[in-house]
Amino acid sequence: MQLTSEEDEMLSGLQGWATQKAMQILVALGEIYGARRLIPVTSVQIAGVSYDNLGDAGLQFLSEMADGGGKVRVQTTLNPAGMDIENWQRLGIDPDFAEKQERVLEAFSRMGVTPTCTCTPYLAGNLPGFAEHIAWSESSAVCYANSVIGARTNREGGPSALASALTGLTPEYGFHLPENRYPTITFQVAAHLAETSEFGALGKVIGEHIQVSKAVPFIQGIPIATLEFIKSFCASLATYGGAALFQMQGITPEAAGIIPPVEQIRITQVELEAAMHSLSDGTEMEVDFVSLGCPHLSLQEIEHITRMLEGRQVKKEFWITTSRTIKKIADQLGYTQIIEAAGAKIAADTCCVVAPIRGRFTAMATDSAKACYYAASKHKFKTIILPFEEVVRQAL
Amino acid sequence: MILHGRSIFRGTAQGEALVSMQPISFFGGVDPDSGKVVEHGHPLEGQSITGKILIFPTGKGSTVGSYTLYRLKMNGLAPRAILNVECETIIAVGCIIAEIPCVDHINIDEIHSGNMVQVDGDCVSVEESII
Repeated sequence: MQLTSEEDEMLSGLQGWATQKAMQILVALGEIYGARRLIPVTSVQIAGVSYDNLGDAGLQFLSEMADGGGKVRVQTTLNPAGMDIENWQRLGIDPDFAEKQERVLEAFSRMGVTPTCTCTPYLAGNLPGFAEHIAWSESSAVCYANSVIGARTNREGGPSALASALTGLTPEYGFHLPENRYPTITFQVAAHLAETSEFGALGKVIGEHIQVSKAVPFIQGIPIATLEFIKSFCASLATYGGAALFQMQGITPEAAGIIPPVEQIRITQVELEAAMHSLSDGTEMEVDFVSLGCPHLSLQEIEHITRMLEGRQVKKEFWITTSRTIKKIADQLGYTQIIEAAGAKIAADTCCVVAPIRGRFTAMATDSAKACYYAASKHKFKTIILPFEEVVRQAL
Repeated sequence: MILHGRSIFRGTAQGEALVSMQPISFFGGVDPDSGKVVEHGHPLEGQSITGKILIFPTGKGSTVGSYTLYRLKMNGLAPRAILNVECETIIAVGCIIAEIPCVDHINIDEIHSGNMVQVDGDCVSVEESII
């Protein structure tokens, strides 16, 4: 790989230990994936923030990078943490966990990272433009950035995204190159989709088709796709298919003028219903945890919940998770007060995927196909996937 | 026997080979506090990777696995070097942050557990006599 004289300087350690480590990571990845050079990025989003995932090893590494003089060179935000930073007691978080989580965030802050902890950075002030090169790591946000905004990112890991933040660079390979962004298989959707849960199921069906081939899907037949539908689809496609990019007619800027790939798969209502069925192994009777906010909720979704909860009382543990940015607006509009008066918990900075809640509940009701995957594999809960309004009703 | 590969993290190391023909997941698959492989049904299940020249085709699983390698190193339980057929992001990043010498593009069929292996940059020498 060709390095500029400044990049050589970073690699040799002349700009400090943390910058050197960051360059070693980027150069090694560039060599592995055949990049010819490093290119500048305009935005970074770092995963691996929850202490539940990082453990002491991750905390120690991040502290050493901060001690080693690491400083971000571009706008950088974080993935959700393991708790609401301001209000963790209310979620039943252990004080020892909270202390470790605060140390993780403190290390990021020392490096100049904006401590906005969200999987929807594009709704919280970290919004790149079309064709910008970025280094994001939250898988659903990677999918959204590539496919809806038309920005260019690979699916980074936590350390490689941090390395990009500290150098402002990423190796040029994969989805940074236009030739790798062409769709290679067409999915013709012949099913009716009107709920976030159904878009999640569609993500699972298409994801399972491309899991091995890593094909870029071209998706036809989606007449209406709101922001909320698309973010649910992105999360599910990334979880079940490892996808970083899809092209959807009418949504993806690059999809205009593309000739659909010849290999075509039809997705029917029957397949969609089978996927919905496969995501539920619990019964409504067993539900003791209700969760909305995977990915983090938009303001419109919080308004919707507020209208349904106004003047009522929830009977089950109900988490409503969003970014700090959206939570502040919900506070300002009085939504938070109404939700909390109903006994539900609106939490910022965290979500049901990364919070330390293993074994705490029997069965979770959600509208998110991604949340079902992690609830089953990580937390050992049964799951039930329902349309958005039905999920709210489960709590009442 | 001398093998030449591609250096992912440059360094020198010497030790006994521990070979797995299956990929290894460090997150959840290796216990960072004992250095033992704990993935159920893995060919190396129950064996310690500490102080070994650990040889396997490629990494798999969660990217958090990079931090497991780092923690093994901090606990003094890391392998002395890692040799892969095809190194991927998890192992590459883990070896860089933990400073474990790592070489890939190695034909691992040529090496057997118990062989003495010496790693120097991108050069790997294998002694077939079992020590």
